[in-house]
Amino acid sequence: MTDHREPRPVPLTDGAEAGAELHGCTLTESLGQRVLHVARERYVEVVRAFLADGYEMCTDLTAVDYLQAPGRPLPQGIQPERFEVVVNLRSLRDRAIIRLRVQVPQDDAVVPTLFDLHPGTEAMEREVFDMFGIEFIDHPDLTRILMPEDWEGHPLRKDFEVGRIPVQFKAAGRA
Amino acid sequence: MTTLDSAIRDSNEEQGLKPRSELTARELMREVGAVLRMSEADAAKLADQPQQVQDPDEDQTMILNMGPQHPSTHGVLRLMLELQGETVLRCKPIIGYLHTGMEKTGETLTYQQGPTNVTRMDYVSPFFNELVFSMATEKLLGIHEEIPERATWIRMLMCELNRMSSHLLFLATNGMDLGAVSMMIYGWREREEVLRFFQKVTGLRMNHNYIRPGGVAADLTAGWRDDVLGLCDAIGPRLEEYDTLMTGQPIWRDRLQGVGVITAQEAIALAATGPILRSAGVAWDLRRDQPYLHYDQVDFDVIVGSYGDAFDRYAIRINEVRESMKIVRQILDRMPGGDYRIQDKKVTPPPRARIDESMEALIHHFKLFTEGFKVPEGEVYVAVESPRGELGCYIASDGSSTPYRMHVRGPSFVNIQCLPHMMRGGLIADAVAIISSVDPVLGEVDR
Repeated sequence: MTDHREPRPVPLTDGAEAGAELHGCTLTESLGQRVLHVARERYVEVVRAFLADGYEMCTDLTAVDYLQAPGRPLPQGIQPERFEVVVNLRSLRDRAIIRLRVQVPQDDAVVPTLFDLHPGTEAMEREVFDMFGIEFIDHPDLTRILMPEDWEGHPLRKDFEVGRIPVQFKAAGRA
Repeated sequence: MTTLDSAIRDSNEEQGLKPRSELTARELMREVGAVLRMSEADAAKLADQPQQVQDPDEDQTMILNMGPQHPSTHGVLRLMLELQGETVLRCKPIIGYLHTGMEKTGETLTYQQGPTNVTRMDYVSPFFNELVFSMATEKLLGIHEEIPERATWIRMLMCELNRMSSHLLFLATNGMDLGAVSMMIYGWREREEVLRFFQKVTGLRMNHNYIRPGGVAADLTAGWRDDVLGLCDAIGPRLEEYDTLMTGQPIWRDRLQGVGVITAQEAIALAATGPILRSAGVAWDLRRDQPYLHYDQVDFDVIVGSYGDAFDRYAIRINEVRESMKIVRQILDRMPGGDYRIQDKKVTPPPRARIDESMEALIHHFKLFTEGFKVPEGEVYVAVESPRGELGCYIASDGSSTPYRMHVRGPSFVNIQCLPHMMRGGLIADAVAIISSVDPVLGEVDR
């Protein structure tokens, strides 16, 4: 294509001041949206601080498996890991939204639950557990939510084979 | 251990209700969903005295599975209810029966094919799914400010009409669930009128694949103005009829008022959005509070309830149909001319006639339909106000022509967490009214 548009420079930093911080975490901007990179150890503490600031609704909680894209752009000082838990917090009063990105290593895919702060994350965390196999410590009911309870593997992981898989329902083998 | 408990245990269902003997304070807090920020000690008190059960050892309760095949569960929602007589003691929604891995599928489809996939999630309001996916893609491409005016207004027109058809379907099913069967026929009838217009414009009644990254698939058909005006003129007076038929009617009020109550604090903590949040008195509507498209240029009211019960949610929806009609009439006055999709050769396929004349156009066409367009690396979360609440789309791109990860935040998925909380201590007959008032679409819950 003659008029091929050059990929723009890494969008993560456009607009954000270098070294901007919020609650002691690196704040960047992605396409005009505020993104905070939170260390796993400080995750609950930071969400609690946001709750005190009026971010009273945890709109969305999901995860990404970066197995096949390890070289993604991240601000300095953030060690990329295989999994990333992505949380969107909303302040209804200020009409503001902020996204938290938490790096979760593959060999220790464990994150504390937000259930005590935002009970609405119950189903979302179950979904992430189901799809990615990330465990949420102290979640009240960490069972599969969308897949059958006897399913093996976590479908949204990048190394989960799609295509020909045997039907894994309990009753499949029985006449 | 009671025989009931052992029956639950024998069924060996991880996702089901836990036996009453294993009812820890924490498990109870989960169930009550969010009797909010209650201390574990408070929850423990509740666990000690399951309401109204004088002696749980005596097997006075029964487990009832409602669904996944039950006409009032609006699809394949399954509720596991623990009942004492007609009183619901505990409830757990069990979902996943319609899970088809659409988020995984989305990773293998190009951005151009994406709308065909997401439109099947919330099949009652497909335009919103297409819209949110397209808006996220456009944002990643950096073309969100170059979308032609006409495309933006067409998107608003279709979305507001879709909000009307979705709420009309709600009115129909809500009526059916409560025994007002004539309302069911009326609701479907009016919805059909709207769908007929969709069919005329997009070619399909549902799953349109009409809103696409870069604009919309086709221009409005000739005579669309008359069609839309005709719709508004027909549906307006019929809403008055519904008011006569239901709103003031004592039976209707008795069935809905004070049923499935949720407070503002609870709704916010459960991340409930849409009519559920607004019924509790929180004036939160993304169209007004985080304007997208041109919603900041049209005049409409955000309808808010005050009691947070099923009646408020009914009244909010019927009035939102009126607000949507108000918006539609404004769009009729303001619809500009011009392109209905962006003239960016990289995103929009060339017109068919050009392909015969121009090698360049042929190449663009070939490239677009074989490998799609590449989207710069980045991640973005975009949200719109669907008839059911906040519909969000999170896309992480690795610079290729398919999304690296595409996640859709379905409002129904989050909203059904309110069910255990709303049903607790209510009657089984009200359970039907409550499910109906939450208005979940299971295609979106399970994705």
